Amino acid sequence: MSRLESVFKPKNHKALIAYVTVGYPDVASTLKVVPLLAECGCDIVEPGIPFSDPMADGATIQRANFKALANGVTTAVCLDTVKKLSRKTSIPLLFMTYFNPIYQYGLEKFCHDCVASGIDGLIIPELPPEEAGEIDNFALKSGIDLIYFLAPTSGDDRINLVASKARGFIYLVSIAGVTGARNELPVDLGKFIGRIKQTARQPVCVGFGISTPEQAAQVARTADGVIIGSKLIQLMETDDAAMTTTQSFVRNTRKALDEIKQGLS
Amino acid sequence: MKLMGAAVIPVSSGSRTLKDAINEAFRDWVSNIATTHYLMGSVVGPHPYPSMVRDFQSVIGKETREQILKSYQCLPDYIVACVGGGSNAMGMFHPFLNDKDVKLVGVEAAGNGLETGKHAATLSAGSLGVLHGAKSYVLQDKNGQILETHSISAGLDYPGVGPEHSFLKDSGRAAYVSITDTEALEGFQLLCRLEGIIPALESSHAIAHAAKLAGTLKPNQIVVINLSGRGDKDLDIVNKALGAN
Repeated sequence: MSRLESVFKPKNHKALIAYVTVGYPDVASTLKVVPLLAECGCDIVEPGIPFSDPMADGATIQRANFKALANGVTTAVCLDTVKKLSRKTSIPLLFMTYFNPIYQYGLEKFCHDCVASGIDGLIIPELPPEEAGEIDNFALKSGIDLIYFLAPTSGDDRINLVASKARGFIYLVSIAGVTGARNELPVDLGKFIGRIKQTARQPVCVGFGISTPEQAAQVARTADGVIIGSKLIQLMETDDAAMTTTQSFVRNTRKALDEIKQGLS
Repeated sequence: MKLMGAAVIPVSSGSRTLKDAINEAFRDWVSNIATTHYLMGSVVGPHPYPSMVRDFQSVIGKETREQILKSYQCLPDYIVACVGGGSNAMGMFHPFLNDKDVKLVGVEAAGNGLETGKHAATLSAGSLGVLHGAKSYVLQDKNGQILETHSISAGLDYPGVGPEHSFLKDSGRAAYVSITDTEALEGFQLLCRLEGIIPALESSHAIAHAAKLAGTLKPNQIVVINLSGRGDKDLDIVNKALGAN
């Protein structure tokens, strides 16, 4: 069983997945925050390789991407950072990025170097399964998972296609839109997750917009996990106490998710 | 656009150029998918946009072919059109693709000069990449980050190009050259003086190249220039640029 699969193995365990842009606000912070996130109860971390044109991201993650690029963060720097992180933590790490930086690095070499650095999977929001054949072959050979997306607008054809290809888990976008902390989330994701589960045996994790422990718990009543990105970036940029604030947010979210498991929520 | 009833929202993210406007338009689209349809203004972006826009734009190529056959009883020797994303060029080229004797020339924006790095000549100086959902030539650094571009004409100021132009370049069916800001301004003035027509700065790139090309041709050879837009919109920029000279 892969490290990623084993996250979802314990019955009723709700996965907490965190996104951080590598090199935001600097590489030293990334090296420090990822082990802290793991300690506070994150099951999986998505280090983001910054891109000049992050189409699926809202203002917060765009800003983090541009700052990281201004800091000179390249794909090679991200691989090196992940290699260092792998020595500090044993939780699965998934690269989240866009296609072109990987394409220029070389798809085969990238998959190979990902494994060498300790990466378990890839999340590429602009890459639909129809276009993913080439990189998926290399990913399969290297033993890393390619995570595919569904959205509440996806029809049965797309659900079936993603269910037939996805490894690791299925990334369900909570809402029609881009990443970014939101006050309101759609109430009725449960029904849609039910539709996915009719065909898909993979766990379903929900991301985009989740910004409080309450929202996370609400979503995780029907989903197998939640993904939090923009909110963490915002917490990390508050002030000197940023790390403490981030830690307590993650602990509270972990607690809210565990309470569902115990049937207290 | 406002006169036609549109709300116009300036882009404040990224490098605030055309590529960032496309990013923002995509973001708006996915956020309002139930009520919105995305319209691409050029032959770029994910399938089927490049072929849809090409087919809409090809009216100009079909009419040109019909009219020139009627007026001259022959096809032109050259067709010259400017290329940013490449919609006017693709619309003009497409009905002539099977007329192998018609030479197709796309003219990109060399901005301050290809050697300065401040240009938008994607086919002349770019490399294979993926931007806005299409695999095509792209202006990028070695890490795959998209570069900022420069051209005196906003319509050519884009670091990508339609994938079908990349195909025509690689197959050799069309040739792609570039014209600097300064040369485009000369082309602009040339058409004003000779024809009393104010061309768009985008089209002025095609005029400037056609003027260069004409010097190498025989008097009976025919060159079609695609005048893709009017220059009224560019008068402020042209005044500023010529005043500074």
